[in-house]
Amino acid sequence: MDAEKTGNNTGLLWKLFTAPIGKNNPITVLILGICSALAVTVKLESALVMGLAVTVVTGFSSLIVSSLRTTISPRIRIIVQLVVVATLVIIVDQVLRAYAYNASKQLSIFVGLIITNCIIMGRIEAFALANKPWLSLIDGLGNGFGYGMILVIVAFIRELFGSGTLLGYQLIPDGWYISNGGFYENNGLMILPPAALIVVGIIIWVQRSFYKTN
Amino acid sequence: MNKNSNTYTFLYATALVVVVATALSLTSMGLKSRQQKNIEVEKKQNILLSVNKAEGLDTVPNRSAYIEELYRRYIVEACLVDADGNKKEGDAFAMNMKTQYDIIKAINAAGVTEEEKAGLRRKLSLPVFVCRNDDGALKYIVPVYGLGLWGAIWGYVSLDDDFNTIYGAIFDHKGETPGLGAEIAFPKFFKQFEGKQLFENGQFTAIRIVKGGAPAGDRHGVNAISGGTITSRGVEEMLKNCLTEYKPFFEQRKVDVAM
Repeated sequence: MDAEKTGNNTGLLWKLFTAPIGKNNPITVLILGICSALAVTVKLESALVMGLAVTVVTGFSSLIVSSLRTTISPRIRIIVQLVVVATLVIIVDQVLRAYAYNASKQLSIFVGLIITNCIIMGRIEAFALANKPWLSLIDGLGNGFGYGMILVIVAFIRELFGSGTLLGYQLIPDGWYISNGGFYENNGLMILPPAALIVVGIIIWVQRSFYKTN
Repeated sequence: MNKNSNTYTFLYATALVVVVATALSLTSMGLKSRQQKNIEVEKKQNILLSVNKAEGLDTVPNRSAYIEELYRRYIVEACLVDADGNKKEGDAFAMNMKTQYDIIKAINAAGVTEEEKAGLRRKLSLPVFVCRNDDGALKYIVPVYGLGLWGAIWGYVSLDDDFNTIYGAIFDHKGETPGLGAEIAFPKFFKQFEGKQLFENGQFTAIRIVKGGAPAGDRHGVNAISGGTITSRGVEEMLKNCLTEYKPFFEQRKVDVAM
């Protein structure tokens, strides 16, 4: 029976982790966390760092709140959650400033704004308060990962077509550009926020029709 | 224990806050020196970039050591000067240009009498950095600071020893619009300043940022950024306001150099 239980557990954990990446994706299905997805996806590097930062915060805030869930006084429940999330965000911000200074400069205010990311409070309220710490951690990490993945896809498209680079490395040969007598020009729309909205919209469309046919 | 009681709530909140405060102060203390170092290296990098050093940094494996090494090699002097252009005691590198900008802003505010202006100017401590190129030529680097559309903009301008011709310039910003105002931080914009002149027939004019494009051969104007009008105007104001306060230093040094 023990073996069966562990088997079930692994399956459950895997499901918990992958659901938010695919059919329960926080951005494309639940439409949460859109604001930062628009803001930090001009460059692939900032999207990667942001995805990682949000994953750390969702994972650990779910873990901590879930560990505290039986002790929290119902009257200050939201305040306790906010304090936990805010603390984690400040720590992440400080670590980025020390170890990834350029990325933290590019992300500027959006690291601090992770606090207001609906995904985090959403997962705490909907999952961590009712489940064991270990499961909550996996759920949080999965959601952060699902968020980060969409960010990376959007940033990939926007950086490639908007700046002709990926992670700062130029991919479009210099000679292709009109200014050098070629035929190509970067798409200026791609570096502006509306482009993120359009790209996210297309991803939502593709994903929804994929899950409908499956 | 009753989780709804006031005592429980207060104790819980207090304990939580103490734990959180400890965690945050430990993090902050542990990372402070590294963060400080990053800021310092960035400042050195900007100073070097304004004299066209430290280019092609992406290919360097150990960036900060490389920047430190270049800074030691090229920047031979850093000093503070007062509003009359005389040297002043103090650490030029640690001087935050924001504090000087606040004074400069007060000087240029509407309705300030000449007397008040003179009083404010006595408070100025303006940093100057001197770079010696490999061929021995001296370049003088001055920091500038101002306001763009969304927040602060700043930069470094380096001058030839005639204190008129711009040798190089670099700008950075807190959060101008990407693709529009943020273009001031890209070479396409700041490389335009090389070779421009601050004085026109002996008159101090600073640099004009011309919307729609400066005419070819204009020695005192550069092209504004289309779509970034307010940021461009901010750069122009910044150069005018800050460089005006350096003018006595320029004029004094110019005589020194001529002699």
